[in-house]
Amino acid sequence: MAHHPADSATPKGEPWVWFTSLGLIVGLVMVVGLLGLVLVNGFSVFWAPQVPTVKLADGTTHIGQLAQRRIRPGSPASDPRFERQYQVGLKELNGNSYVWVDEKKVAQESFDPSVLGLERMENGPAFVVPVALVDSKGARLEAGAANFFPALQAELVHAAEIREQLADINRRQIGEVNAEMESLRIAQRRAEDRREPTQAIVDRLAKLDARFAELKASADQVAAGISSAKLEARDASGRALSLPAASLVRAWEPNRMTFWDRVGLLCSRLREFLFDEPREANTEGGLMPAIFGTLVMTVFMSLLVTPFGVIAAIYLREYAKDGPILRAVRICVNNLAGVPSIVFGVFGLGFFVYVLGGSLDRIFFADQLKYNNNTPVLGTGGLLWCSLTLALMTLPVVIVATEEALSAVPRGMREASLAAGASKWQTIRDILLPASAPGILTGVILAMARGAGEVAPLMLVGVVKLAPTLPIDGLAPFLHLDRKFMHLGFHIFDLGFQSPDSDAARPMVFATTLLLIILVVCLNLGAITIRNRLRARFKGASF
Amino acid sequence: MPATMNPTTSRIQVRPATEKEGRQDYISIRDFNFYYGAKKALESIKLDVPERRVVAFIGPSGCGKSTLLRNLNRMNDLVDGIRHEGDITINGRSIYDPGLEVISLRRRVGMVFQKSNPFPKSIYENVVYALRVMGVRDRAILDEACETSLRKAALWDEVKDRLQDSALGLSGGQMQRLCIARAIANRPEILLMDEPCSALDPIATGKIEELIHELKEQFTIVIVTHSMQQAARVSDRTAFFYLGKLIEYDTTEKIFMNPSQAQTEAYISGRFG
Repeated sequence: MAHHPADSATPKGEPWVWFTSLGLIVGLVMVVGLLGLVLVNGFSVFWAPQVPTVKLADGTTHIGQLAQRRIRPGSPASDPRFERQYQVGLKELNGNSYVWVDEKKVAQESFDPSVLGLERMENGPAFVVPVALVDSKGARLEAGAANFFPALQAELVHAAEIREQLADINRRQIGEVNAEMESLRIAQRRAEDRREPTQAIVDRLAKLDARFAELKASADQVAAGISSAKLEARDASGRALSLPAASLVRAWEPNRMTFWDRVGLLCSRLREFLFDEPREANTEGGLMPAIFGTLVMTVFMSLLVTPFGVIAAIYLREYAKDGPILRAVRICVNNLAGVPSIVFGVFGLGFFVYVLGGSLDRIFFADQLKYNNNTPVLGTGGLLWCSLTLALMTLPVVIVATEEALSAVPRGMREASLAAGASKWQTIRDILLPASAPGILTGVILAMARGAGEVAPLMLVGVVKLAPTLPIDGLAPFLHLDRKFMHLGFHIFDLGFQSPDSDAARPMVFATTLLLIILVVCLNLGAITIRNRLRARFKGASF
Repeated sequence: MPATMNPTTSRIQVRPATEKEGRQDYISIRDFNFYYGAKKALESIKLDVPERRVVAFIGPSGCGKSTLLRNLNRMNDLVDGIRHEGDITINGRSIYDPGLEVISLRRRVGMVFQKSNPFPKSIYENVVYALRVMGVRDRAILDEACETSLRKAALWDEVKDRLQDSALGLSGGQMQRLCIARAIANRPEILLMDEPCSALDPIATGKIEELIHELKEQFTIVIVTHSMQQAARVSDRTAFFYLGKLIEYDTTEKIFMNPSQAQTEAYISGRFG
């Protein structure tokens, strides 16, 4: 049989298969690498490793948690010298909670089982060797005693309870009183200005003043219960320390804990991270306000952008006559998607905040402006303007997706509806929109993914570094669209680049990034689930 | 059916069922020219469709038979750049009368398409769609219309237990019968069928042809078909089109047994087309 020339040659298309798959591999490696980096670094924030006591050749001693290890800058590549960074804490004594140690100079590294890790209300963490716990009556409990650590934990629990009670009184109850007093004061000034009787307002204010004093007194009473117990300890270089138990948030014995103790500590820290408010210039504590703000803003943005985008797309696709104007509009819409987001921020500030918000203030909140030192209500950045700005930014995505979805509806369905005597609007409402709902949702998913991760425009129109009051709370009208809020994306920027102690903030940057990614994934999964439900309804269609 | 339902349907109700011979020029097409942009698709068509009869349009692809059919309920309005000359009247009234809403025309002229096109809704909602868009909300009327139409479309027994299931789960033949049920649910006067059996197997085709026989008791039917046998089986009259012109229009018997035009005979006997 003759040898066919094609037999020996390499099949022509094959290299291209590898070439195209290369693109996918590069993408996958990047995504997996990024996620892995964020995952490892993010979780290590919450993990409590063993804490060594490091003695250096020159006699100095450090007790601290290993933060990182790297090649010393400038050391030769042939004989690299490593240095380690330890988180030693006790910022108020050491000036910095991190130290770099040359690995060659480490003389001895030991794990003292008595070392105590402490998380504190102020000045960051501390790693100390405990001496004794002195209670309010002066009774000493030496560190060697079997019940030393449980007693310390009991003090901490007690302190936490009191902090919680105080926060409830100060934040919630006094906050409510303050809010009412403020609106009453405005009403009072207005009434005085108009020479109307103010007696009722004055009476109510007096009542509120009394209530305020009452709350203040009860707060003082609770505060009096703060334990005056002190933890006496030594730092690495032997200096004696006296730490009030009430200033401690958490204590752990890093060199005595079992694996499950560490997991428990991790869970406790995770819980704080997710459900508490930030402390220490956002480098410690939780992210509840930022998580909540991001979530509310993204959902609100989706609620705004979907109807706008769908209506615009219906007009463009179904009603507008094809021609140069329509084509120009389409090009403009597509170009809008390429405009840098900061431009939308500037527009949001200039138009939404100043023009729109300012006008609304003048129309609806004229009294507030006049009698409250010109403090704007809507004429300043807030949740509403952030959502609107991002809605505008993501509008092209929804318009394009909806147009595609509408044009993908089989012509037969459209004709069948019209032939049945339906009007154009009935056809759109009953046939086209339901059939294109999955496609529209794809657009909304993309818009949400882009909106949730956006930071730059938000900095201009309402996101702030710290806003412990959430945009939704128990005070009427419950949803406060005018409030400034915190956002995870901005939080990352703020921690990473605006923090005075960047070493201390670094782990939190990773943890926050991880959280933002998880949040975006969750939002997307939610939308994808809805879309798949819708799609299932159209399964088996043979158009 | 209650008289309150709709003027359109109630008017059909009063039509005397005993009347054997209907109006001969029920649909009347007069010197009709039709253009897609600059292209002339139909040229001086003159054709009358008698009431409650089946008329078949035959001819090779591109001869204009579907175009003419789609003009009868003005489906061609959806196409850009169309133009027409001449007139089409239904029961004496021009379909291009500015006073006549195209929606009310389409409610009187039902249409079944070549490809079955059920909506992604339940079987029930598919059938009563035309009533729903007319604003009928009374459940009893809808239920009755659904059953009646499905019975007429010979589908009732197959789907009566799963009316709320998706219509997309039906077989091809069932889907096409569902589309017929949908087209007759609001009791139009005319039923247009654009190659309704082209995608169906012989058994489903047979069922639909039987259906046409029954439906012509009540509806005037215009059917476009590529199957000569089908035209011969179902229609009373046949029109042969070629290159946008109406070559011959006569009783089906005459067209198939003794056509007066050589072109017609050539097409029917399969020598071209």
